Amino acid sequence: MLEGILIGLQTALSLQNLLVVIGGCLIGTFIGMLPGLGPMSIIAIMIPVAITMGDPSAALILLAGVYYGAIFGGSTSSILLNAPGVAGTVASSFDGYPMARQGKAGKALTIAAISSFAGGTIGAILLMIFAPMLSSVALLFHSAEYFALMVVGLSAIAAFAGPGQVTKAVMMTVLGLIMATVGEGALFNMPRFTAGIMDLQSGFGFITLAMAMFALPEAVFLVLKPKNLGDDGGEIKDLRITRAEARAIAPVIGRQSIQGFFIGVLPGAGATIASFLGYAVERNIAPKDEQDEFGKGSIKGLAAPETANNAACTGSFVPLLTLGIPGSGTTAILLGALIALNVTPGPRLMVDEPQIFWAVIMSMFIGNLVLLILNLPLIPYIAKLLAIPRNYLIPFILFFTLMGAYIGQNNATELLILVGFGVCGIALKFANFPLPPLLIGFILGGMMEDNFSRSMQLYGGVSFILERPMTLGLLVVAAGLIILPILRARKAR
Amino acid sequence: MALDRWIALVLLGICIVYGYTAWFTMDGSLAPFMRRNPIWPSTFPKVLSIIGIVASLVILLGLEKGEEKIGDIDHRRLGDYFIGQALFLLGLMVVYALCLRPLGFVFSTSAFLIIGSFILGERKWHVMVPVALIATGAVWYLVQEVLGIFLRPLPFFMGV
Repeated sequence: MLEGILIGLQTALSLQNLLVVIGGCLIGTFIGMLPGLGPMSIIAIMIPVAITMGDPSAALILLAGVYYGAIFGGSTSSILLNAPGVAGTVASSFDGYPMARQGKAGKALTIAAISSFAGGTIGAILLMIFAPMLSSVALLFHSAEYFALMVVGLSAIAAFAGPGQVTKAVMMTVLGLIMATVGEGALFNMPRFTAGIMDLQSGFGFITLAMAMFALPEAVFLVLKPKNLGDDGGEIKDLRITRAEARAIAPVIGRQSIQGFFIGVLPGAGATIASFLGYAVERNIAPKDEQDEFGKGSIKGLAAPETANNAACTGSFVPLLTLGIPGSGTTAILLGALIALNVTPGPRLMVDEPQIFWAVIMSMFIGNLVLLILNLPLIPYIAKLLAIPRNYLIPFILFFTLMGAYIGQNNATELLILVGFGVCGIALKFANFPLPPLLIGFILGGMMEDNFSRSMQLYGGVSFILERPMTLGLLVVAAGLIILPILRARKAR
Repeated sequence: MALDRWIALVLLGICIVYGYTAWFTMDGSLAPFMRRNPIWPSTFPKVLSIIGIVASLVILLGLEKGEEKIGDIDHRRLGDYFIGQALFLLGLMVVYALCLRPLGFVFSTSAFLIIGSFILGERKWHVMVPVALIATGAVWYLVQEVLGIFLRPLPFFMGV
């Protein structure tokens, strides 16, 4: 292994490859900030550039840099504008945006950068050590376990079910799940609840819904009650994290790096589930007074999903590199790039082309480090975006909201749907219905139903819950995550 | 009746229509081989409709105890806020959606940004116009030329 690491370092640290990774990180960060363009689209766009480079190691290093940059860029728009462009950064906006509204945008971005760095780096170390062993364990996970994992992910809604809000949070989750059933499902191959409208055949767009429920209501509230987000100009670009804050987030980062990595290893699970799960777990194990802070600007609530989604991204390379199985949309595109570069990922990759295998892993370390070094000095300037006068900032937020939905679907009808949902989102916000559970339900709903249906068909009923110990265990954990906080709250009363 | 109960009433309606579709109309067109499956396309929606109806009834009837919380903005006194600006901006978004294709990206977007700032009270035309034009040009160049995603720049009568 040491020899491989040295080969990888030698390749990744050449001047050309260092420039490539810096360029990739910068491109990924800036394009990733645009709502609607997630890592998958950016990598797809960069593939022709990577292929023309000719050298597979340099090409993969470029794509890895773009990947990490895009994830960080996506978090930036979630934190500053409450406009999560990809599902994996939705959970970052739960506490990141409230922090930005409290004038702590610089601090929030620093926590995001450090958590992402730590998640990615620890993930890469785990990848180096456990990759061959984990690939076989990942295959033990079947649809029943995936279904149970989604249920655990759904328990994140507990963070939004405050006193007198439990039914509203449940209602919003159900509404999200209902919306996820619209359109043609992967398993049943028949359109449902489309009312014969062709545009609904593929269901509602995630970005449209995210923009309508998060970014648009926030922008309208800023219009209704003017408040420049940069009012606390002295603090907004302040990056400093106090020693107490560092001490508070360190264990969260440690736990979520490991948990996120292992979730990422499972094909199909990925950054989205890892981030929701990370958020749910950290909230539930936090002391009571800190639990109440979740959803209102908790640093732990921001560090958890940021660490978990980066670690999961690294974890998703395990099945790709060791088995040739793409575990997510992004890794599927990377697989395409590898094949175009005449590299066949799989069990033989480590033996036949160790320079590529290890160069990719080393480029993960370098990419994360470069991203941190590049972004920390930029954070004060990025955070200053919020100090733009409201008369200019709000039209731009609304424009990027619309563009996010338009680029994703290339359909002007989507913009009208966005405004329609946006008005509903505003009404729900007026009546204090928590909106994050709706999006959590929508994102996890489709996957949950597919995996549940697959398990039912395989086992001829719900017997899989009892027959598969891992499924039962995960469901017990989910029940615990939901019930324990309620019991604790009752006891406290 | 409080706003959350009105919303619960609307949600109850949605759940009833959704439930009716799931319970009474979806299964009719099911292929015979699918009927032998332990799970049908309507199974999950049926369960959701029941939970949705129960949850909306709990909110509608006020069965969950809790104080009525007013958020950042009190919707009962909307007149005290800049409601006109908000409504105009929402209207502007609809107009933008309708004009984006026929009038092209450059004109629609510049107009959206300029009128948006105007609605919010900005009157510095020498700042508004250049900012809008530069931003529009930059986004168009990035999306169309760099990323290769088609955005018709000019109105329909001026070619592609």
